[in-house]
Amino acid sequence: MAITVPRPKLTWFERLYLPAIVAGMAITLQHFKNMLLGRTKVTMQYPEQKWDAQLPEHYRGAPALVKDEAGRIRCVACQLCEFICPPRAIKIEPGEIPVKDRFSKVEKYPREFDIDMIRCIFCGMCEEVCPEQAIFLRKDYAITGLTRAEMVHNKEKLLEIGGIMHGVVLKWNEKK
Amino acid sequence: MPSFLFWLFAIVMLVFGALVVINRNPIASALSLVVCFLGLSALFMALDAFFIGIIQVLVYAGAVMVLFLFIIMLLDLRAEERRKMNWFAFVGGFLVALSLLVQILAVIGSTRMAKQTFPPLASPHADDVRNVGLVLFGNYNLPFQVIAVLILVATIGVIVLSKRQLR
Amino acid sequence: MNPTTSFVIISLLKIVGIVFLVILPMVSYAVYAERKVSALIQDRLGPNRVGPAGLFQPIADAMKFLLKEDFTPAHVNKFYYWLAPCLAMVPAITTIAVVPFGSTLFGVPMVIADINVGVLFVFAIASLGVYGIVIAGWASNSKYPFLGGVRSGSQMISYELSLGLAVVPIFLLIGNLRLTEVVRYQIDHGWMVFPFAGDWKNPAGWLLAVPMWISFAVFAIAVFAETNRLPFDLPEAETELVGGYHTEYSSMKFALFFLGEYAAMITGSAIIVTLFLGGWHFPGVPDGSHGWIFGLINIFVFFAKIAALLFIFIWVRFTLPRFRYDQLMRLGWVFFFEIALVNIFLAAAIITFFDR
Repeated sequence: MAITVPRPKLTWFERLYLPAIVAGMAITLQHFKNMLLGRTKVTMQYPEQKWDAQLPEHYRGAPALVKDEAGRIRCVACQLCEFICPPRAIKIEPGEIPVKDRFSKVEKYPREFDIDMIRCIFCGMCEEVCPEQAIFLRKDYAITGLTRAEMVHNKEKLLEIGGIMHGVVLKWNEKK
Repeated sequence: MPSFLFWLFAIVMLVFGALVVINRNPIASALSLVVCFLGLSALFMALDAFFIGIIQVLVYAGAVMVLFLFIIMLLDLRAEERRKMNWFAFVGGFLVALSLLVQILAVIGSTRMAKQTFPPLASPHADDVRNVGLVLFGNYNLPFQVIAVLILVATIGVIVLSKRQLR
Repeated sequence: MNPTTSFVIISLLKIVGIVFLVILPMVSYAVYAERKVSALIQDRLGPNRVGPAGLFQPIADAMKFLLKEDFTPAHVNKFYYWLAPCLAMVPAITTIAVVPFGSTLFGVPMVIADINVGVLFVFAIASLGVYGIVIAGWASNSKYPFLGGVRSGSQMISYELSLGLAVVPIFLLIGNLRLTEVVRYQIDHGWMVFPFAGDWKNPAGWLLAVPMWISFAVFAIAVFAETNRLPFDLPEAETELVGGYHTEYSSMKFALFFLGEYAAMITGSAIIVTLFLGGWHFPGVPDGSHGWIFGLINIFVFFAKIAALLFIFIWVRFTLPRFRYDQLMRLGWVFFFEIALVNIFLAAAIITFFDR
């Protein structure tokens, strides 16, 4: 059903439109003045000002691999994150740790660990699924690159972002 | 005005005047006419008749031709572009125009005025706006007003006629 | 050096000086001002990346315009497509030729051509400005530019009437079309918007203020319409016509339209300043015959007034909404035209009655 919207009946004073125009001009001038005097709050000037300090604890930024206190990669190349990753951003190429090695108990290590940051959706599932607590979402959010290749974080890059994580998983140590 | 400027503007006028006729595209014709008017106004200004020169631009180039252009654009006349050139009409028209030109030249050449050289104006930088105004509203006040009323009547007549057709 | 040569050299100096050193930089900075003021009005910061407070933004813009691909669509009418941007830019700058932008500097009058039909020259050249837009609309061979061109043409013709009629009271009062005389008169008798300033006790001055203010308002609004500025920017109404008459243009050709609009704004403001706001005159500042420093101050005053008017142009643009097309035409033909016409009679009556 069509509804006829009643038009407001304007008085002759309103029909002049001049008072309304003047009022409008006054409002915009007020805004102009307040901006000039710096009274208006404006948005953060991003590259110069950053809110890194105010980032919450649970912030999910770029995923990264971490090392333990001894400087060893925690990842055991179980590939759970690769399977769970919704956009399939993670690619792991496992390698075998030779039997002679001190840490041969672990058997596998990631020879290659690539996360395609164009694909990554920062969902944090990799962090959740990781049995070894080897992958964490850090607070880096400004991930840029000029080429697609640059946007793929390889193992070195991931470790660089990740740093060292102190934690309870002691997979390298011999059983008590 | 140096005579080369006179020749420049005269040639511009003639060339673009010819282009008005030669151009197949009506818009190009109209624009050529505008350039022709500009040349004409430059010639007026060269004679220190600034007022007439400016009015030439203001009224003809600035208003009348814009309306012309408008109508041509809205009608989108393409028929003229497609039409083939009629050589018979072209040659015939050319001959007629040529004979007319010869006639005019002959008539003007035979008058006494053409042989006479005029003395320079007493005050070449006269205030022509004031003079035109004085003449229009002094000597020719009545005809001027009558013409104004005539134009008004014509305008109203056009509106009435066009409205009647709509109904 | 004979007088003709020196006249030519001085004229060329004035043309180059005023057009390339003042008007064109002013045009580019008007773009910057537009962006900055609009930002401040809308509680944003505006351009602030290039240089301090974004002051070098116009240079960056110019570089961008020059380096972009100059694309000519296949369906356009080539010759007119290329001609249109020039036609849009040239009349806007030519108008400045008759405007006195200063008193005298080293004894040279600061006006390029002081002709006795000054204001008519302005209108004549301004009326040629419509060709650029109409031809751009037509040559683009595409529907939105065409509509923009048609709209612009009819709008400019409509408002030219009010523009012409609005200034008649001034010339009734002064009796001279020469713009330098207009300024001279205003120095002696007070600015046109304050005709009572010269002679406080004379009631004629106070009465004359009424038609002068009406003239000023009508003229200023007509200038808004002539320069296609909001609230009259129907020819390039983004929401309806994509980009209006310059939809098909890119790179430097677009820039010429864009800058032509701002140049028209500046010359329009220059005319308003000359006719109503006392030109280069500022109370208490003597003219250039008292020393070159005063001549420079006069020029500065003139351009400062233009800058103030440009601010108003921008301020209005970011306050008022756009008119509907029929409202625009109604306003022009039924409202301003009549007001300007009645105003002439009003001014004539006052002038005859008090016989100034």
